[in-house]
Amino acid sequence: MKLEDKKRVLREMVLARRFEERCYQAYIERKIGGFLHLYPGQEACCQGVLEAARPGHDYVITGYRDHVHAIKCGADPKAVMAELYGKETGSSKGRGGSMHIFDVKNHFMGGYALVGGPFPLAAGIAKAIQLKGGDEISICFLGDAANNQGTFHETLNMAAVYKLPVLFVCENNQYGIGTAIDRSTAVVDQFKRVCGYEIQASQCDGQDFDVVYEHAKKAVAYVRNGNGPYFLELMTYRYRGHSMSDSRGYRTREEEELWKQRDPIFILRDRLIDAGAMTLDEFHALEKDTDHYIENEVIKFAEESPEPNVADLEKYVLA
Amino acid sequence: MAEIMYWEALQRAHDEEMARDPLVICMGEDIGVAGGTYKATKGLFEKYGPLRVMDTPISENSYTGLGIGASFLGVRPIIEIMSVNFAWLAMDQMFNSAAKVRYMSGGQLTAPVVFRSPGGSAHQLGAQHSARMEKVFMGIAGLRVVTPSNPKQAYGLLKSAVRSDDPVFINEHELMYNMKGEVPEGEYFHPLEGSEITRPGTDITLFGYNISVHWCLKAAEILASQYNISAEVVDLYALSPLDRAGIKKSVSKTHRAVIAEEDEAPCGVGSEVMAIINEECFFDLDAAPVRVHSALVPQPYNHKLELAAIPDHEDVVNAVLKLFGKA
Repeated sequence: MKLEDKKRVLREMVLARRFEERCYQAYIERKIGGFLHLYPGQEACCQGVLEAARPGHDYVITGYRDHVHAIKCGADPKAVMAELYGKETGSSKGRGGSMHIFDVKNHFMGGYALVGGPFPLAAGIAKAIQLKGGDEISICFLGDAANNQGTFHETLNMAAVYKLPVLFVCENNQYGIGTAIDRSTAVVDQFKRVCGYEIQASQCDGQDFDVVYEHAKKAVAYVRNGNGPYFLELMTYRYRGHSMSDSRGYRTREEEELWKQRDPIFILRDRLIDAGAMTLDEFHALEKDTDHYIENEVIKFAEESPEPNVADLEKYVLA
Repeated sequence: MAEIMYWEALQRAHDEEMARDPLVICMGEDIGVAGGTYKATKGLFEKYGPLRVMDTPISENSYTGLGIGASFLGVRPIIEIMSVNFAWLAMDQMFNSAAKVRYMSGGQLTAPVVFRSPGGSAHQLGAQHSARMEKVFMGIAGLRVVTPSNPKQAYGLLKSAVRSDDPVFINEHELMYNMKGEVPEGEYFHPLEGSEITRPGTDITLFGYNISVHWCLKAAEILASQYNISAEVVDLYALSPLDRAGIKKSVSKTHRAVIAEEDEAPCGVGSEVMAIINEECFFDLDAAPVRVHSALVPQPYNHKLELAAIPDHEDVVNAVLKLFGKA
């Protein structure tokens, strides 16, 4: 990948981080309701995989931690923020909320809030691709804890039986809500659980964009070339709690600090600085520009947008 | 019009829709090579091949989800769930994904998928293979529920369901697949909403759906010939949405109502129809409406107990006689 492209990726990662941090603030201010699941710490996962794929062309589906994946597929950050504000201009017209961002024209097929629910939907999208004969692939991003649902095993089995073009990306952040993986899951390495279905699988560092990108390139090519499903496990960490109601009492601050030393944005930033492609000042300017954009365009749009009309309450129930 | 069996009507609807549109597929347990437990997909595997006639593993929730996911891209899957008892396992995907996706995406996505599944008591199948679950499905926003009482409806409702952009649940009955009836020779699309007056009458309305329509018809015959009571039979083939206008129209005319269902009473079709009568035409009533329904027990295995648990046409007759003060 060219250094220019990597700089763009870094910009997108900074946007993802600052967007989510701004959501946190808006939630505290009660501008955002419901549940809010934030992504900081895991940015290299979404970026690395989708840089290796074709966002907007390939189909992407995920769970409730979905803002960043939607934006990476091409959703306008303004529409995503407006959705969190419950506005008519939101990506789901204010009917979905944080956990249900959709941008179908960009092939972002949605965030779903039943843990493990998207597994079979992703396989179904792959089935449709198979029937129609397109060169797209279906990409399913979920966390490690989703793998304890029956849908994980049932879907892996079917994906293998029907040889479906689906890439399962497991963002292993090591906690299922507030329960550590080794307290809930007999086999901690998730890629090992897949071998029972004879599905190709690998595991790599999820904090280093370059590492994720290289592994994802192989995985995407494997699936796109008609070899059937692939399972890619990315070892990562979410800095914030599972959702906003989570005070992180189940883990130590030391553990969090340890992971923050391997921050995905800093890893990529330092690599670009070492390569002479960027200075620290440029990076700080980038952060500032991002904040400026979020405040003056994204938040402004969400704040100023109208709410849905109550008369439209029952719109979108049936076709 | 030719007389064919209920399963043949379903098979014909599958075949015609699959021949017309390459994106219509069917899937389920044993539907392909084995031809379908109730033969509704007989011969389709040979004709359309494994890509479009998918034998699935016994993983109800996930193959249902797979069909729903495919429907997001315009595929129109007809998903057979072998018994409605197994549909419990698929309800997560049916309710949380198919029924809600249109709303929670602000109209961007829709799940044009058809679920077909037989329920009902069918000769000593015991507690876990005899459930009637229409009461559960009909309470879900975003899901249409229909239930054919004869081969013509089975054919026409499936055809319409495949063409519908909404998810549709078709509630069938294990005892009805060999029932014979007339089905139009040409293409026929039965509406997914509304109700049908199967037998006109003036003194009382008997509401039924699926198998209970036949109890009502038999009861109406007995009431006419032996008691001089003219019963109107209304077939509620659409359970969601229910036909409020049709219910009101008939009860406003006859002033009395009995609702017959094989399902248990709580939160069911009978309770819903009674609520609609209350809301729409309470002051037209000459007597309080009565429900005929199953006992609230897990279906017993013993045949005598089983018969005692489920109603039939005699229970409908007795309910009517009681309502008229003749019993």
